[in-house]
Amino acid sequence: MKISVWVFVVHLVSGFALRIIAAELEQGQHTERISGSAGDVLEDDPVGRLKVFVYELPSKYNKKILQRDPRCLTHMFAAEIFMHRFLLSSPVRTLNPEEADWFYTPVYTTCDLTPNGLPLPFKSPRMMRSAIKLISSNWPYWNRTEGADHFFVVPHDFGACFHYLEEKAIERGILPLLQRATLVQTFGQRNHVCLNEGSITIPPYAPPQKMQAHLIPPETPRSIFVYFRGLFYDVGNDPEGGYYARGARAAVWENFKDNPLFDISTEHPTTYYEDMQRAVFCLCPLGWAPWSPRLVEGVIFGCIPVIIADDIVLPFADAIPWEEIGVFVAEKDVPNLDTILTSIPPEVILRKQRLLANPSMKQAMLFPQPAQPGDAFHQILNGLARKLPHDNSIYLKPGEKLLNWTAGPVGDLKLW
Amino acid sequence: MKLPALQQNCNNRRSNSFRATGPLDSSADGAFKSPAALFWLVLHGLCCLISLVLGFRFSRLIFFLLFSTTTTTTNLYTAAPILRTTADIAETLTFQTPPSSPSPLNLDTQSNQTSLSNSSSHVVVGRHGIRIRPWPHPNPSEVMTAHRIIERVQKEQRLQYGIKNRKTLIVITPTYVRTFQTLHLTGLIHSLMLVPYDLVWIVVEAGGTSNETADLLAKSGLRTIHIGFDNRMPIAWEDRHRMEARMRLHALRIVREQRLDGIVMFADDSNMHSMELFDEIQSVKWIGAVSIGILAHSGNSDESSLLSQKVEDEENLPVPIQGPACNSSGQLVGWHTFNSLPYVGKSATNIGDRATVLPRKLEWAGFVLNSKLIWKEAEDKPEWVQDLDTLAGDGDELESPLAFLKDTSFVEPLGSCGRKVMLWWLRVEARADSKFPLGWIIDPPLEITVPAKRTPWPDAPPELPSNEKTNDIQEHTEQRRAKTRVSRSRHGSRSKRKHESKIADSQLSGRHTEEK
Repeated sequence: MKISVWVFVVHLVSGFALRIIAAELEQGQHTERISGSAGDVLEDDPVGRLKVFVYELPSKYNKKILQRDPRCLTHMFAAEIFMHRFLLSSPVRTLNPEEADWFYTPVYTTCDLTPNGLPLPFKSPRMMRSAIKLISSNWPYWNRTEGADHFFVVPHDFGACFHYLEEKAIERGILPLLQRATLVQTFGQRNHVCLNEGSITIPPYAPPQKMQAHLIPPETPRSIFVYFRGLFYDVGNDPEGGYYARGARAAVWENFKDNPLFDISTEHPTTYYEDMQRAVFCLCPLGWAPWSPRLVEGVIFGCIPVIIADDIVLPFADAIPWEEIGVFVAEKDVPNLDTILTSIPPEVILRKQRLLANPSMKQAMLFPQPAQPGDAFHQILNGLARKLPHDNSIYLKPGEKLLNWTAGPVGDLKLW
Repeated sequence: MKLPALQQNCNNRRSNSFRATGPLDSSADGAFKSPAALFWLVLHGLCCLISLVLGFRFSRLIFFLLFSTTTTTTNLYTAAPILRTTADIAETLTFQTPPSSPSPLNLDTQSNQTSLSNSSSHVVVGRHGIRIRPWPHPNPSEVMTAHRIIERVQKEQRLQYGIKNRKTLIVITPTYVRTFQTLHLTGLIHSLMLVPYDLVWIVVEAGGTSNETADLLAKSGLRTIHIGFDNRMPIAWEDRHRMEARMRLHALRIVREQRLDGIVMFADDSNMHSMELFDEIQSVKWIGAVSIGILAHSGNSDESSLLSQKVEDEENLPVPIQGPACNSSGQLVGWHTFNSLPYVGKSATNIGDRATVLPRKLEWAGFVLNSKLIWKEAEDKPEWVQDLDTLAGDGDELESPLAFLKDTSFVEPLGSCGRKVMLWWLRVEARADSKFPLGWIIDPPLEITVPAKRTPWPDAPPELPSNEKTNDIQEHTEQRRAKTRVSRSRHGSRSKRKHESKIADSQLSGRHTEEK
């Protein structure tokens, strides 16, 4: 009897000791667990926590558009197409709309491309409006909540403001019909018209296979201090500078063009991905919009992102503690960028690299085909699951109308 | 509205170049017809003229800010109220002319006062200034800090992704004092100084320990065990190879006695080791083999041998490699050894001969051992290895480390199964009796002066008829002048001063004849 008690006590103590030892050991490993403001949620499994109903829209809203231009599958706005495909075959999909928590409308608004490959947003408001008209007339679920339990993927420059110029986007504001819906978008900036409270920010699409194909051995020593490739002046659209990137990129160039620590240039080398893996810091300044695929590339290649975009909201901000992973530099502090970066203590830098090395962090930034656990699709579903259960106030009383169907510029009201 | 019209003009410019086609917003259509737009057009022309006169782009936004009374309705697009002057706006910046383009007046449209509604951010859309600090050049102390950061990051990378269990290397080198010793040993010292692992270097010297070798080793800063081997190094290559094998065994006995732990490798002083070799041998478990490139050069520079070499080159494969041979599944099946048949009768017998120096069938340098194989008793010493004492008495020698093994199939082929050559074997020596200054310090100055072939002095001075007395006085002055002239002719171009030197020569030779 006494012996068994002692054995039990010994097991308990050893269990505690092992847990402490394991925690200490983890410090010496090369990754670290990531937990954001919502907790340690990167590895949550959304299956079983929510149900999504996918509306069946006629193919002129999705398939036909894609057939007209297959470049939509590889550009940085491809998330809307891949999200649709993922949901069609995902276990969270339900065919019974009565039990669904969320409703998804597959309309590809960012697939009208110029010959250069840039999406034109001029027809997108009309397309979206037409899709919403369709779902509100064919199914009762839109009118039930006026879209409060619906979500849309709008990966364009300024999200659902549907314009590439910031002033015009602000003027238009978010499409009035989408005011109550949850928007899944790449654009995120605090106190901005085009970011609704409760939107889910996602990373831009970056082709996973292309990035995996350029991996180099991790023991290759990181010898570049700061790395950046891209435009500093957009000569075609803003020749004097000052408009593009709010002058921040031009400031980087003018201040650091002869600094040996800064490997910055406009030339795009074939070894772009390999060079990022040999760099300690990668600059991710804003361009015409605050977000950029450089953040995704930096995370995948273990290069600490230096984010120069005031008030930006980064992807999955509640699941990923970006302040601990990246370095944030205010646009007005750009002339002192070298002082800021060299004054970061080495332990902090090593910790950031450990966080970046966490495979769940890298996985959360990618949209792989087929989907893998922990990837960006699952993070979106986790984000949607965290917003459940819906508050009862979203359900409208019969006859109550909150949305103004005639609001917005006259051009938007035309049929698509 | 003036504001949208102004914006339209700006945006028209941008969007026309940015996006090729696309119908613009409908509000653009009415812009060109209203008188407000006409006014702005005239203003635009006026500004262009002013810019031409002034020499920089005079932005219309200045006019806009000075004369406009409108404020926008949206929260964030805040325009400066009329009372703000340009000076006021410009003072918040430190700007500098970019060298390529003329300096525009970059305006900062930030305004903290006009916060219209509850939560307005300070991020404003519009033209911003390009901030450049007064001295936009790197600060040296920051560069140093950055380099230290990079070093720390690389050290961490090595810790995490590099070799996990770093074992000490035990390097065994036989050497002896000779002309080429400093050359070979310096190269080896530098290679070993670069090795990032702990190192014990056992240097066995034939003929006993000497000060020359000890000085070289002391300068290296490595942990060395310098032991002497009583016999002197013989002159014939065959004997030298055998002696070296005995010296290596002697060193292995040291390993055994002191129970040194690590990986034993045999680095001959004239071989060349690449850094990847040291990384690769860390992965050996018991006994491993690497491929060696054999640089068996012939010391001949005669033309007759060149012809015969050409014939040989056509027959020969590229540089012969000694090392493990693997089958397609990566298992050891045999050995590539040195084929000495083409060199029969043409190889060097004695050290310093001008003929090809041949290696043995399998060189010691191509093998690495776990030091536990040498110990008397070790925990997991495998059964297929023989004990050192039972194998070799004091005077015997072993062909190669393969003699240690009862079963040679346990050798691990390293360097992607022998495909990667990380080590080169070379023997370059001077004649055994060649003299060289001790410690390579010339003290006292050399006694033998060898006549140089190309100096201004001719070998045989020509005769010169001259007056003795006058020449005596002239001699001294001429001597000095001649000396300087000659020295100048050496530094300057010979063609120019040939005339002068010839005069000097004749004068000097005149002196010689006088002295004689």
